[in-house]
Amino acid sequence: MPAMWHSTFILVMVLLAISRPSLASQARTEESQGTGNATEHTITTLPIVIWKWEEIHFPYLVALWVLVSWLCKLVFQQNPCLTSVIPESGLLICIGWVLGGIIYGADKVQTFRLQPFTFFFYLLPQIVLDAGYSMPNKLFFGNLGAILVYAVIGTCWNAATLGLALWGCWLGGAMGDIDTGLLQLLLFGSLIAAVDPVAVIAVFEEVHVNEVLYILVFGESLLNDGVTVVLFNVFNAFVSLGGAQIDAVEIIKGIISFFVVAVGGSLVGVVFALLITLLTRCTKNIQIIEPGFIFVLGYLSYLTAEMLSLSAILSCTFCGVCCQKYINANMDERSVSTVRYTMKVFANGSETIIFVFLGISAIDPSIWVWNTAFILLTLLFIFVFRFIGVFLLTWILNQYRLVPLDFIDQVVMGYGGLRGAVAYGLVLLLDENTYKEKKLMVSTTFIVVYFTVMLQGITMKPLVTWLKVKRAAVAERTLAEKLQNRTFDHMLVAIEDISGQIGDNYMRDKWNNFEEKWLYWLLMTPFARKSCDPIFNIFHKLNIKDATSYVKEGERRGSLAFVRNESKADVDFNKKFDADFSEMMPYIMTENMGPDHVPVSSILRDSVPSVCLDMHEQDLKMRESEDFDAHHVLQQHLYKGRKQHRHRYSQKHLEVSKDEHEVQEIFQRTMRSRLESFKSAKMGVAPPKISKHLKKDQPQKMPNGKSTENSKSHAYGDEDVEFSEGDSASGCEAAGSSFPMRAYRGAGIVNPAFMAEMDTMDPMPPMQQIPSWLAEAEVDSSTVAPSQRAQLRLPWTPSNLRRLAPLRLSTHSNDSFLLADSPATQEGISEPPPPPPPQDGQGRGTHK
Amino acid sequence: MGTLQSLSDEPEYRELAEKTGFSFEQIGILHKRFKQLSHNENTLRRADLDTIPDLACNPIRTQIIEAFFDKRNFHQNGDGTVEEISFEEFLVVMSHFRPPALNMTEEQREKVRREKLRFLFNMHNTDNDGTITLEEYRHVVEELLSRSGALGKETAKGIADAAMLEVASISMGHMEPDEFYEGITFEHFLKILKDIEIETRMNIRFLNMDTTTLCNRDSSSIR
Repeated sequence: MPAMWHSTFILVMVLLAISRPSLASQARTEESQGTGNATEHTITTLPIVIWKWEEIHFPYLVALWVLVSWLCKLVFQQNPCLTSVIPESGLLICIGWVLGGIIYGADKVQTFRLQPFTFFFYLLPQIVLDAGYSMPNKLFFGNLGAILVYAVIGTCWNAATLGLALWGCWLGGAMGDIDTGLLQLLLFGSLIAAVDPVAVIAVFEEVHVNEVLYILVFGESLLNDGVTVVLFNVFNAFVSLGGAQIDAVEIIKGIISFFVVAVGGSLVGVVFALLITLLTRCTKNIQIIEPGFIFVLGYLSYLTAEMLSLSAILSCTFCGVCCQKYINANMDERSVSTVRYTMKVFANGSETIIFVFLGISAIDPSIWVWNTAFILLTLLFIFVFRFIGVFLLTWILNQYRLVPLDFIDQVVMGYGGLRGAVAYGLVLLLDENTYKEKKLMVSTTFIVVYFTVMLQGITMKPLVTWLKVKRAAVAERTLAEKLQNRTFDHMLVAIEDISGQIGDNYMRDKWNNFEEKWLYWLLMTPFARKSCDPIFNIFHKLNIKDATSYVKEGERRGSLAFVRNESKADVDFNKKFDADFSEMMPYIMTENMGPDHVPVSSILRDSVPSVCLDMHEQDLKMRESEDFDAHHVLQQHLYKGRKQHRHRYSQKHLEVSKDEHEVQEIFQRTMRSRLESFKSAKMGVAPPKISKHLKKDQPQKMPNGKSTENSKSHAYGDEDVEFSEGDSASGCEAAGSSFPMRAYRGAGIVNPAFMAEMDTMDPMPPMQQIPSWLAEAEVDSSTVAPSQRAQLRLPWTPSNLRRLAPLRLSTHSNDSFLLADSPATQEGISEPPPPPPPQDGQGRGTHK
Repeated sequence: MGTLQSLSDEPEYRELAEKTGFSFEQIGILHKRFKQLSHNENTLRRADLDTIPDLACNPIRTQIIEAFFDKRNFHQNGDGTVEEISFEEFLVVMSHFRPPALNMTEEQREKVRREKLRFLFNMHNTDNDGTITLEEYRHVVEELLSRSGALGKETAKGIADAAMLEVASISMGHMEPDEFYEGITFEHFLKILKDIEIETRMNIRFLNMDTTTLCNRDSSSIR
């Protein structure tokens, strides 16, 4: 680890070394630009290589700094013992100091500084947009009232009390001789009053307090920007006007402007959210830049609000908050994850840069003016008034809150009042001619930021632990919980209806109804409307997870064909499939072999491409099953995804559909192997089952003498029957695919993609063993001719789903065996059944 | 309001307040609502609740209404359903949704939690056999999802199956394939919902202010 640290540090140094001389030369070149230009353009001979640093130095430096900042972050993340004590934001500031010190030591002047323009227009929007986009909506709107109280009243309170208290101290002469006044101090109070979203996110994300507490602090830090900007503008104007000109009208104007700025900013955000959402309704054909729209429009919402002198942060926040639900539903799943990750990359990246530069900017003696009294008093007042404000407001809120905030939460809220880069950005915007003490304000802001981010940030975690603050539940939401939550919602509405009260739940229900009725219709694609239900989503995810875990398990064991390899009984599939295949041939021949044949996957894709069990039931009618088989033969053999999508570069398309084919293929292979395992398992366990059929008195008991593999596979068989009480189209799909696949030899259609697997898959055992279902077929010959549906069924469910097996009702258990066995039975009939002499307890027989 | 004030002095109210934890004002308001719903009768029948217009689009309406007529929710040791309930029973059922008191000990909190979850459990467990079987659970989920038309019955069934499976895997751990998971018992129910802060979730604000006047339109439509 130290080596790592060391090497990274050296890297940083090298980078600095590269960038430094250039900076020094930068000033010189600019000076000489006027004279130098003429000579540069006249060339005497063709240069092979020229040094063009001057032309590219600006983007180059930006990129270098981004790299350096991120490398710093990387270094810290390599040292978990460090970050567990000091929050990352504090560490980044420290490294900023070091870097700033190096630069200053080399240049004797601080070349790099965080400019307010860069901060407000390039770094901040990314963080705010991400905050809005990943905001837990329900929590946010559920606590919106409290958040607004803290953000509006709390911030005003902080600004006013700090300004007034400092003014009092100034009048009392505690600060010595500084040139300021009430309005200037109020202005200073207003810019430093606001809790900073960047700092809060950075610190609170590592602490994991409970979600209500988090959303209160976080929401406050986001929304109080409107207040800060207004207060800042108003006091800035007042200072320019001078104390004499301020009358009641101006003050009223200020109050009005607050509402205009805050509400207007939010409205701009909502309008842009609508735009984004409507746009994503029709971006299906340009999926590559689909995510780009989110960023561009989100950024535009910020800029537009700024242009109209409305609150840009509010605009961007609300844009993200409002559009997230609909765009996530509208966009393709890949686009959604792209947006999500890119958003995080940007936000995390600019957060890192901000903190590093907060450190660097401070290493500059020219900006520092020290006034112990002013700085210490500011710190003290900020700390004290923040607590007083939180306690007061919480006391008022608790009178109305359903679940009151307890004392510990309040302490954490008060302590979490971190100030950050927004204050720094604002204080740099001040005009030095009007504000004689600008440097003092800047220095004080630095101290306040460092104090809150470093000291409070470091002590936050121990404090939270010590106070035993309720932490966030780390467990992921289960489906059952989600369902119960939904039940709660409806139940609470019902109870409110019955008790005749109009409460939060009533309002929320009305809003939900409105949303479902109108907004979904307006903002979502018809397809998205179907799948936007969160419960369905989690169900979908669960299914996907099961499928993946199944595949993973297979891979862990070495190959996807793991079950097959382990199966005790080998089968001569060849003959059986000959029979199958002869049935199949006409289809293959008559089916359109052209490129426009419809693969089953495209049919399935229409509905949600999930691995759920009953979804496609309606899609499939029994009689279509053979078509499906044929389609599968075609799809498998005419499969051309691999050939096409590799080695081809296209900027416009990611070869999306081909990808899906590949997924489909993996999926089918898995399913095939599972089906096979199921079959072989059947063979393994058939005799005990037969005996079970005979002894109906204990139909539920499984003999325990079998190998785990067998009993497990047997479980698949059971649950398969249990799960798809109707038909499962997907089951059919995979099952259908698995049979003809083995027929490729006979067909003479050679798909190189499958050759290798096929060969290993069909080992011809010298001693072919009789499939024991044949034995069973004889015993069960009285069984009614097995239905096609049974054949179509597939041991489908991922490995841990097997626990569902016991869910079946006992009445089902008997015929479930029959159903499960029936495909075997049928196949057994289709070829002349050889005499099946059962040889051992496992029911193997010798064939031939 | 004047009538409410005089009502609150009645000993009957005092008793109810002690039993259910509601304040006099809240009892007064709920009593008024009760009278409104029952058309000034002393008892409330299912039909009275069925006709509340706001309730019409609630997907789990029948379960909620049943809960009001379920003896298990009356804090008495009985089971089965009744045809009509008095105001006292109405209040007792309502008291399941009362916000918890501010300063409770850990034990009290746990007790409240259990009570609320028991109410929920009873709502799902319609036949009072101690377990929510797959059938019952499917029924619940189907009703729950019935409002959003996009999800069909089959999906609901699939979701119920998956959720049940999840419950089984959470509560039983590893199961042998031949084991039979009969259904969610109350203990399992507690276990799967242990992360939900039920004491803060399953409650509504009973106002001290009378808002039933706002619902007069509703009541007139009932009549």
